[in-house]
Amino acid sequence: MKLRRKILTASLAATIIGLSACGGGGDDEATAPVEDSPEFEAGTTMAELAEQGSIVVGTKYDQPGFGLENLEGELEGFDVEIAKIIAAALGIAAEDIEYMETPSAVREEVIEDGDVDLVAATYTINEERALRITFAGPYYQAGQQIMVLTDNDTITGPDSLMENPDAIVCSVTGSTPSQNIQEYLASPEQLVLFEEYSLCADALTNGQVQAVTTDNVILAGFVSGSDGEFKLVGEQFTEEPYGIGIEKGDVAFCEFINETLAAAAESGAYEEAWETTAGMIEGAELPELPEPAPCA
Amino acid sequence: MDAITENLDAFWSGFLTSLGICLWAMVGSLFLGTVLAGCRVSPVPPLRAFGTWWVTTFRNTPLTVVLFFFAFGLPAIGINASFYFFGVSGLVVYTSAFVCEAIRSGINSVSAGQAEAARSIGLTFGQSLTLVVLPQALRTVVPPLGSVIIAMFKNSAVVGAFGVGGDLFSTGATLTSAQGYANLPVITGVAIGYLAITLPAGAILQVIERRVAISR
Repeated sequence: MKLRRKILTASLAATIIGLSACGGGGDDEATAPVEDSPEFEAGTTMAELAEQGSIVVGTKYDQPGFGLENLEGELEGFDVEIAKIIAAALGIAAEDIEYMETPSAVREEVIEDGDVDLVAATYTINEERALRITFAGPYYQAGQQIMVLTDNDTITGPDSLMENPDAIVCSVTGSTPSQNIQEYLASPEQLVLFEEYSLCADALTNGQVQAVTTDNVILAGFVSGSDGEFKLVGEQFTEEPYGIGIEKGDVAFCEFINETLAAAAESGAYEEAWETTAGMIEGAELPELPEPAPCA
Repeated sequence: MDAITENLDAFWSGFLTSLGICLWAMVGSLFLGTVLAGCRVSPVPPLRAFGTWWVTTFRNTPLTVVLFFFAFGLPAIGINASFYFFGVSGLVVYTSAFVCEAIRSGINSVSAGQAEAARSIGLTFGQSLTLVVLPQALRTVVPPLGSVIIAMFKNSAVVGAFGVGGDLFSTGATLTSAQGYANLPVITGVAIGYLAITLPAGAILQVIERRVAISR
């Protein structure tokens, strides 16, 4: 009874806070100050966007810590904050950013079709994708890792999967981790794929799979929420640099984004963006801004 | 169209996986559906109630929910099997409800005199059902039964999302999101794959329909 009342009070408080946040109208304090009518060379994407005063950003709506739609319908996450930093440098306030949901499968398409100005959606830079779009950044370096039940001592890293052909690994359909893990498996039957990582976590609890693999930050979220049921094993065995997707060949915009990211790292806006989002996941360490890749 | 030609082997293995799921589920659901239809017209009230309950439950539940209960509900109460088995079973259980109703409508179309005649020469209920009524009922329901089975072939795409993987639809998802191929050609390839299953199935059904047709 007491507990229930506590929960009720808490949820009531949350609602009030949520309401007042809405009532405030303005966005939560922007991590980077919005530039006051910045000047850009005519004809560039920056000039166009600054003139227009708004920007369309593609992001994920279901990725905790990076791009997640909360109960008030607002987006929160590191990707979203990075987009706000870029928008601010263009003189666009956070409330003038228009978001579009871009699940993994459509990211190249929306850029090619011009539906969005940029995509920040846990978007791993790789060669195949770079054929169709240009990547700015990276702004974060993730790495693939393996999560198992706490009492599992047989799986200690990706290499022990080959030695335990009965161990089943779970990942998400169409994700890069599901591709990367295949070289560590004794047979294709060792891999089980779902639509969402939360289903993998359920299957792990049920004992239907023995391991879950994806980027470390996503797994860290599950470990911290599992009450000691899950643990991470082994080192990160891949490098997943997250980049910002823009139209193919827009070198000027790419360089502008890289400069903006470097400035944000200097001013502490980058750190603050991390601390208020993915950094709140237990076990997630503050990243250094990775060296930018050449724009092409 | 490079996306298709470059990945023919991926599409082929996806096609085989999907075909396997479809065939197992077809055999299973036709058998189970027929048994259920028998239950629904049987003179034993508990069997009738069971048949009605089955149809009401599974015909009115979305397939994804049924599959979810198979893939995650059963293991939670200690029943464990491969995801492939769970996926096919879920599809069988779901489709059997539709098969049952199609067959029952066929049974209702057989004139009552047939069953009465069968009873009057001393056949039991089981005998009159399997020897007299069902053979006449099944040939009248080939078209609706065919629609149910073809719908099931397409529903098999959902099974891929429940841990089976490697079926046609998941293959498409892997090519588009992980390997960065454009959606349109890949999904076209997926569609061709499903058509390669459903179009021959439709043709076979037409042949069967002609073969078993009776004039009344």
